[in-house]
Amino acid sequence: MGENLKIVTDATCTFCGCVCDDMVLTVDLDHNRIIKSENACILGKAWFKEHAIEERPFAIVKGREASTEEGVEEAAQILANARFPVIYGLSDTTCEAQRVAVAIGDMIGGTVDTTTSVCHGPSGIAFQGVGESTASLGEIKNRADMVVFWGGNPAEAHPRLFTRYAVTPKGMYIPNGKKDRTVVLVDVRRTLSTPVADIFLQVKPRSDFEVLWALRALVKGRKVDTSVEQRTGISLAVLEDLVARMKSCNYGALLFGMGLTMNRGRHFNSGALLALATDLNEFTHWVAKPVRGHGNVTGADNVVSWQTGFPFGVNFSRGYPRFNPGEFTTVDLLSRGDVDAALIIASDPASNFPKAAIEHLKRIPVINLDPKLTHTGQLARVAFTTSTYGINVAGTVYRMDDVPITLRPAFDSPYPSDEQILTAIRNRVRQLLGGNRPGAGTPLATTVS
Amino acid sequence: MGSSLRIVNGRVYDPANGLDGAVRDVCVRDGKIVADAPADAKRIDARGMVVMPGGVDIHCHIAGPKVNLARKVQPEDHRRDVHLRTRTTRSGTGGTVPSTFTTGYRYAGLGYTTAMEAAVTPLGARHTLEELHDTPIIDKGFFVLMGNNVLLYRLLQEGRREEFRHALAWWLHATKGYAPKLVNPGGDELWKGERNANITKLDQKIGPFDLTPRKVIAAFIEAANELGLPHPVHIHCNNLGHTGNYETTLETMRIAEGQRTHITHIQFHSYGAVAGKSGDNPTSKASEIVEFVNTHPNISADVGAVMFGRSTSMTADAPLAYMLRRFGGGKWVNADTEMESGCGIVPFTYQDRVYTNALQWAIGLELFLRSEDLWRMVFSTDHPNGGSFMSYPRLIRLLMDCEYRKQEMAKVNQQALDNSGLRDCLAREYSLYEIAIITRAGPARLLGLTEKGHLGVGADADITIYDEDDDKEKMFSTPRYVIKDGELIIEDHEFRADHEGRVLHVAPDYDQSIEQVIQPFFEDFYTIRFANYQVDDRYLHQHQTIPTTRQAVGVSNGG
Repeated sequence: MGENLKIVTDATCTFCGCVCDDMVLTVDLDHNRIIKSENACILGKAWFKEHAIEERPFAIVKGREASTEEGVEEAAQILANARFPVIYGLSDTTCEAQRVAVAIGDMIGGTVDTTTSVCHGPSGIAFQGVGESTASLGEIKNRADMVVFWGGNPAEAHPRLFTRYAVTPKGMYIPNGKKDRTVVLVDVRRTLSTPVADIFLQVKPRSDFEVLWALRALVKGRKVDTSVEQRTGISLAVLEDLVARMKSCNYGALLFGMGLTMNRGRHFNSGALLALATDLNEFTHWVAKPVRGHGNVTGADNVVSWQTGFPFGVNFSRGYPRFNPGEFTTVDLLSRGDVDAALIIASDPASNFPKAAIEHLKRIPVINLDPKLTHTGQLARVAFTTSTYGINVAGTVYRMDDVPITLRPAFDSPYPSDEQILTAIRNRVRQLLGGNRPGAGTPLATTVS
Repeated sequence: MGSSLRIVNGRVYDPANGLDGAVRDVCVRDGKIVADAPADAKRIDARGMVVMPGGVDIHCHIAGPKVNLARKVQPEDHRRDVHLRTRTTRSGTGGTVPSTFTTGYRYAGLGYTTAMEAAVTPLGARHTLEELHDTPIIDKGFFVLMGNNVLLYRLLQEGRREEFRHALAWWLHATKGYAPKLVNPGGDELWKGERNANITKLDQKIGPFDLTPRKVIAAFIEAANELGLPHPVHIHCNNLGHTGNYETTLETMRIAEGQRTHITHIQFHSYGAVAGKSGDNPTSKASEIVEFVNTHPNISADVGAVMFGRSTSMTADAPLAYMLRRFGGGKWVNADTEMESGCGIVPFTYQDRVYTNALQWAIGLELFLRSEDLWRMVFSTDHPNGGSFMSYPRLIRLLMDCEYRKQEMAKVNQQALDNSGLRDCLAREYSLYEIAIITRAGPARLLGLTEKGHLGVGADADITIYDEDDDKEKMFSTPRYVIKDGELIIEDHEFRADHEGRVLHVAPDYDQSIEQVIQPFFEDFYTIRFANYQVDDRYLHQHQTIPTTRQAVGVSNGG
């Protein structure tokens, strides 16, 4: 431990979508690392511990160490010359950086997509179809006397969802915390989260939709056949009991994870759950909320939406935003071999995308921004080392419930932020193109000004 | 900025300075209106044209959490109305809830240079400022939702009026907001806490609080006046949209007892009941409402006119959105914000054949046509609730062109017209001077923006120049020139430059010790730390602090 210590209070952990902003960080300024992170969960502690400053080149261009400026020049050349590039990732960086990334996408007529397309994208699509009754996490803390977790394992993936927001905390109208709440967990297997639940429904794999649809029918007073048990593993009596409780609580919350969205049925599942919450409002107050993974994936959804009208999978090649998941989502663009360059920010698709997609990433020029050397960084033509948001970089992140929080960085990094690098790339591309590139669908007259 | 401009030969409509179409030079230097411009200043020959201050929208929904939810939920609305990028401007999508860049460009494209976002939760202030920073050209500010704030309720029920006032000022300060906004005061607590119930009477108890909407409204009116805010409390009354609600509206205005108060989208609050029956089709009580406003100079209102076609109902009045969902039957968004507000969103289409919709349309027109003091009954459609801001030119034509109005009246549900008073005010036609009052000078004055809404020396050089045309819809749809802060943004109908625009906000004085009252409450009930709640200056970018009447005039710190 160095002698030069600093305490940062009310710092924010950006590891997961809980975005807890009550961290007390002890920083060893002599060694540029965080040595203690009070209030952090086990995941947060690891996040803070692992983001010390490493000795790495500022950039690697075509396998050689390079300066940030050289990296920017090469990246700008790639993007200015690409005909159908994709910009992907963005869920682990600040909104300020996300805004510049979308601006680049607009300027070059590329595609902008975020990690939403491989996590809660189906929930975004379901939202477009049916809407959503939702709430900030504090409403759940202060009011929810019934909480249903569906298709997730918060104890291991979002530990403080239980302890800070939705199960154990005492709230204004929930004076005794967990004692005042009925906690239900729905999953295909028992996990470390199961003991938290008062009621556990172990559904058969790939039958979430059927369970949700049966619940909707029961809420509306329709008849459900007893064969539902054979199909889903849950008896009609259990479903009826659950519906009776749901209708009689004061304020209910459905929190759902990727066990629902990335399962058979995808956006139909999310849509069924959102519709169930809506239906229940005929009887009492119900809200639903996707439990988001990355620290600022919710910010990415917000930024892309306010700049384009659509949350992810947005293409600008015609000169205006078009949304088409399946066509403009990154896994699909890469697997089909559609794109001729990729700018990947704070994400590592080369480690988790399907093989065909990774193979295409190896064929095209890739630009990568990441604090760590990742698989994607290793196959990139230009790999920038960046500082880490929330630890070295200030800016804004959105909690999973759309609440924006300003970051309090703990110590300085010698490496630039995503925002700084993206801004430099944007400025250079603008210079190379002489302004925004005309869209393929743009009448000539409106581009000359 | 820094450049000079001389606009010559145009007919100038500047009601704040008494100019009613006089041919005058308008000179600009360093972003301001000046008495004279240097000889080498760029000249615009506005012969045959009308020169007005830039439009000022006193109430619209253009940025922030609920707006973004409304954007996200309507991909179909964007797909059929795209906005192309140019060499210098950003692309986007339109529909009733356009993307941020498109919002700024389209407002400017109508000759508007200032717009006020009308409902922002304090927790959503940071988000709103981020969106406003991506809303180009126009100056903008936002009203802060406070009428269902739990901590403020606690202070009020304990009779701590001084601390209530300091807390109100603190909240405006902490959010960088412009004015306090009340929406259906008391309603959210019942909606969230009592199984989707709602407030229906001003003297009804608000859930667990020893308070009524009447007490809440009175306290806000008083505190806002004591603080000397440039714009008083901005009230969305209880019972919006309900048959017979005009009595609630009159009663709310009476609570003001001579103090400055703004009632927003008053059209939605001017409904009577047939022969005393509630639950039946509404009737128009526009004449009663206008009569009250005409005779009470402390009251101002914006109309919130309804225009036929697609709209998006987006409101902090969550029970109202739930009610509307029954008519539309489509998508519904509800979003509760801890300790602060509710919110509801429903895509909605106003149809001319539907009795209620036609009546709402008629009442909006009636309010304008019966108004005697145009400075206090100003223009709005509560965008996008009553209709998109893109329908403003058509609404202007309805007010200015009697024949056109008659023609449109013939198309709508006639029974609704029978139950409105619109047929009694057929003759009135608004003049250009009067349009300039309700779309520029009036809203600027009501907002306390002394440098906007007029073309006198010292005013912001926000100027719109229209080609004169008998078709007023066409005329107001396509200004030939739009000048923002002295910069030529639109020339010959085309965008020449991009521009950032400023955030307009207030910073009223308060006793700092109020934080010791607020902070413990945060630690018990909020899920965000007190230290992380206040919005810092980094989110303001270009901005201007508008002083309260208690603060020295001219204090500003433009970024």
